[in-house]
Order: sequence, then C-alpha cells, then structure tokens
Amino acid sequence: MGTAAEKVTAKTGNGRLAALTQWIDERFPLTALWKSQVSEYYAPKNMDFWYYFGSLALFVLVIQILSGIFLTMNFKPSAAEAFNSVEYIMRDVEWGWLIRYIHSTGASAFFIVVYLHMFRAMLYGSYQKPRELLWIFGMLIYFALMAEAFFGYLLPWGNMSYWGAQVIVSLFGAIPYVGDALSEFIRGDYYISDVTLNRFFALHVVAVPFALVFLVIAHLMALHEVGSNNPDGVEIKKVKGPDGIPLDGIPFHPYYTVKDMVGVGVFLIFFSLVVFFAPTMGGYFLEYANFEPANSLQTPPHIAPVWYFTPFYAILRAVPSKGMGAALMGLAVVLFVFLPWLDRSKVKSIRYRGPLFKFFLFSFAISFLALGWLGLQPATPGYTMAARVFSVVYFAFFLLMPWYTSIDKTKPVPTRVTYHAH
Amino acid sequence: MTEEVDTGRRHFLTVATVATGAVGAAFVAVPFLASWKPSARAKAMGAPVEVDVSKLEPGAMLKVEWRGKAIYVVHRTPQMLAQLQGVAGELRDPDSAQSEQPEFAKTPERALKPEYLVLVGVCTHLGCAPLDKFTPADATVSPDWPGGFFCPCHGSKFDMSGRVFKDVPAPTNLSVPPYQFVSDTRILIGAEKGNA
Repeated sequence: MGTAAEKVTAKTGNGRLAALTQWIDERFPLTALWKSQVSEYYAPKNMDFWYYFGSLALFVLVIQILSGIFLTMNFKPSAAEAFNSVEYIMRDVEWGWLIRYIHSTGASAFFIVVYLHMFRAMLYGSYQKPRELLWIFGMLIYFALMAEAFFGYLLPWGNMSYWGAQVIVSLFGAIPYVGDALSEFIRGDYYISDVTLNRFFALHVVAVPFALVFLVIAHLMALHEVGSNNPDGVEIKKVKGPDGIPLDGIPFHPYYTVKDMVGVGVFLIFFSLVVFFAPTMGGYFLEYANFEPANSLQTPPHIAPVWYFTPFYAILRAVPSKGMGAALMGLAVVLFVFLPWLDRSKVKSIRYRGPLFKFFLFSFAISFLALGWLGLQPATPGYTMAARVFSVVYFAFFLLMPWYTSIDKTKPVPTRVTYHAH
Repeated sequence: MTEEVDTGRRHFLTVATVATGAVGAAFVAVPFLASWKPSARAKAMGAPVEVDVSKLEPGAMLKVEWRGKAIYVVHRTPQMLAQLQGVAGELRDPDSAQSEQPEFAKTPERALKPEYLVLVGVCTHLGCAPLDKFTPADATVSPDWPGGFFCPCHGSKFDMSGRVFKDVPAPTNLSVPPYQFVSDTRILIGAEKGNA
C-alpha cells in the first residue's frame, strides 16, 4: 500500500516541503548530512553531566562571534580612539553595555566550559586510542582560544591591557638569540603601540576566529568518525545489533539535542546572573586597573593576567630564572597534547582505574586550582614557595604518567556500558 | 606507442609541480611577513632623542621618552659614585656580564661620563617602572638601604648604577640604552658614536 512519495507525505504532513527537500537533496546532501551527523549519529546512552560542556563550548563560540560582530561596528582599533570607543559603546550605543558585557563574560565562560570539557576527557580517558587526533584538534582549539583571548584583551586599551600585553610579548624575548627580534616582530614597533593594537584587532576579529571555526569543524568530524567516548570508556561500536546499530547507542537527535538544550538553559541562568549583576565578577572577569587608559610610562602596581591564564603565570613566576620560567610555562600548556602517549593504562575511564591514577589526577586538579589562585596574588616569598610546590605536583602528573599508569591496579571493564533506566 | 601509464614520470612531475609551487608560495609569504616589521613611520618615531642636562642639579633625575620607554638620566653626586664600590659584594651581576648595555657601560659606573647615569627605566623582571630612592636608609625601602632604584611591583632593588641586588626577582641590571654626548651637556639617546 502506498508509494514512497506518499509515505514521505504522510510523515511530513506537507507535500510541498517534502518536494522542496527532495529538490535540495538532488543538488546538496542535506538529508544525508542531517542523518549521518545528527539523527542517525549514535552516541552512547550513558553520557552523564560532564558531557554538557562540549555543546556548551560550541554555544559560547556562537555567542562570542555574534556579540563580537556587533562590537566591531562601534570599536575603533587605534591607540588614540580605542579606549574612548569602548566607553562610547558602554554609555552611548543603545544596549552597547549589554553587548560588551555579553562578550566579556563570554570570554571567561568559554574558558570555564573548555576547562571542564578537557577535565572530562581526562576523567574518562577520552584522549586515548582511537581519539588521539580528536584530542589534538581539541588542544589546537584551546591554543587558538588562548591567542584569541590574549589579542582581545589588548583591544580596550586600558592600562592592564597594555601591561599584560607588554609582559606576555616580552616572554618571547626570553627565547635565546631570536627573542628580542621576535618580540619586535610581534609588536611591529619598539613598544606596544598603535601598530600593535591595529594588528591584534585584525588577528582577533578575522584570523583566529577563522582558525577556530575550521578547527571546531575538524574536531567534530574526527568525533563523528570515531564516535563519542562515555563514562565507562567502553567502545559501543564493538557490540552491534542485527541492524548494524550499536546496542548501547541512541540517536543524537532527539535524545542529546534535548539534553543539551537543558544544559544551555541552565548555563544561560548563570551567564545572565554574571552579565546583569556582576559583569566584572569582583575584578576577575574585568580587571579594575583596566578602567584607566593605557599609559606606556606607568605600570599598574600589580600586574596579573585574567584568571584563565593564572595557573601558567604562577608557574612562570615560581621559577627564579626568566628563561626557564618561560620555558616551563610553555611546557605546562603543551604537555596536554602528549597525554594519549603518556597514558599507558589498559582502561580509559576513572571508574576502572586504580588508586594511583586517581591520586595523581586529584592532586593535578588541586594544583591547577591552587596555581590559578596563586597567580592572582602578589609574589611574596611564601606564595612563591607554594607555587613551586604545586608546580612540581602539576608536572609530576604528566611526567610520571607512563610509570604510574602502567603499574596501576585496574578493574575489569565490562563489555557493555552501565546504564540504569530512570 | 605504449598504452601503459608512466607512473615514474607522473610522480616526478607531481613532485616538481609541488616544489615549484612551494617556492612561489615562500616568495609570496615574504612581503606579508615583512609587513609585520616596524614600519618606516615607527622607525622614524623610534629615532634618537636629544636631552639637555645642563640644568639638571646634582642628585636629581629627569625622565625622557624614547621608543615608548622612560629613560632615566641621573646627575650623580660624588657621594653617590663613592658608594658604588661598597655594594659590589651584594650584587648579582656587579660587572654587568649578564646585562644589556653598550660595551662602554661594563664598568661599575656604567656610564660614558660617571656623573651622568643613563638607564632604561624598565624593570628587567616584568617591565614595571622602578622608582628613584636615592636617599640612603630610605624608610620606604629598608633601614640599611644604600640608595638606588626600587621596583614597587615585586620588590626588585638596584644600586646607583642600576645594578641588581641579590635575592630579588629581577634577573639582570637595568639596561643602559645606546647614547652619546653631542656636546658637554647634550646627550643623544638611541645612538652610539659610530653607529649613529
């Protein structure tokens, strides 16, 4: 009974829409893409709370691109005008304050969700084979995000913008032989000047966002090629039903689209609380020293980067030598890339790992938070000593990993995911 | 005539095409990368600046801007110069071996004329501006303070020649910029004799 066309009509309830879809499908793989990437992409049915942060990171990226486009319409990327144009956005542009606070809060929110997203991968071994390249694309996104945040932070041309950029660019000066020439090349001048501001603007609004979007697409393609990991670290593709669909898989749409929409809703509650009631977040999201225009002859009494860079800044300051400090800071960021090869464990998820991994991961998380806090404090001898201790713990997590993951006592991993129906 | 594909020839042509393209791309990259170097205008604005020190009282300091940085010019008194030898034991780099300065400044005085000290007013730690604390035993620094420069950001201390003391965060002495005397009391900052 009934032809294929009638079935489609019955399903969509609209013959014209079906006809349009068919017209498009003959020219562009719309339905095929939707099916392969969304409605027939099978994700493990046991994904938990930690799996919100990937979709949230994508959501924040969209927020940043949209709010950024509107800020660009009123911002002037020149040393003479930048600070005043930001004030103009805040005071004179209709709703300009809201758009700017969305963008500044979005920057911190981006790092919060990305750090939680990365920690999820460490909890459940999501970087392990066969997801090494997925993890590397993710790390490249993180590096691009750091560059994006750094370039963007100079744009308001406040005094902390200015001296923060001064400190970070002079870190490149610590590289032997080429360092000073490299710093000059980055600045395009002998100091952070109008030239530097103009090029950082170009990088912030054109170059890095392009790279970010491209990397996000590559990250998602790699994810959909290998399939999502899950809290059990079990490969669901190993147990398939007669229809070729993983027995523990459920279609991403509607199951996870609906779940992620709940995540977005909860996220927006917290996001709005900050935007409307605490946009500076007590000086953590927007630093008070930045409410003064840039002054190349007067440094703020205490230079601290924004909170998302402070763990690495604390490591930089903890080392008594400038060159070694810069090198160790770079290493602290880059070491994540090598996790797939540093981890020798037979199991992925923390659920089946032994006490050694749990201990090291826990002390790593504590040291990351402690370094983040110490990086915001003035460098007194006591704090510097604490930063040294936590730096050692931080590096021990990575450098001792081949040892403790290979001798750790692991538990047997089940063949199917653990799932309790609600 | 053979119908077979000469894969070796194809491979050679592919490699040759890629290599030629890469060379072209490298050449095209040069102008784009070079556009990041300081422009002619930035270089012109970074040109040497001249300072007149004839009205600078002994013991006083003046600041001039060169390349966006503060340059400190201090008219040192004989007492200030006398204490340079006394502090040598407490310094990290008394002979300025690790520090940045023109060749002529590798002496305790670190100056062309000992009475005129010329320094870049940028802390070698993280770039803050050190304060002039020339009075010995200045209470805002420490009771045994011999007089010199003090960085308020992270507490780095420097002597009357901008040489760094031990046990402070700054790694090296304050830099001495290239400079020359164009007359007895006029200093040209940013150019050494011979390189001007």
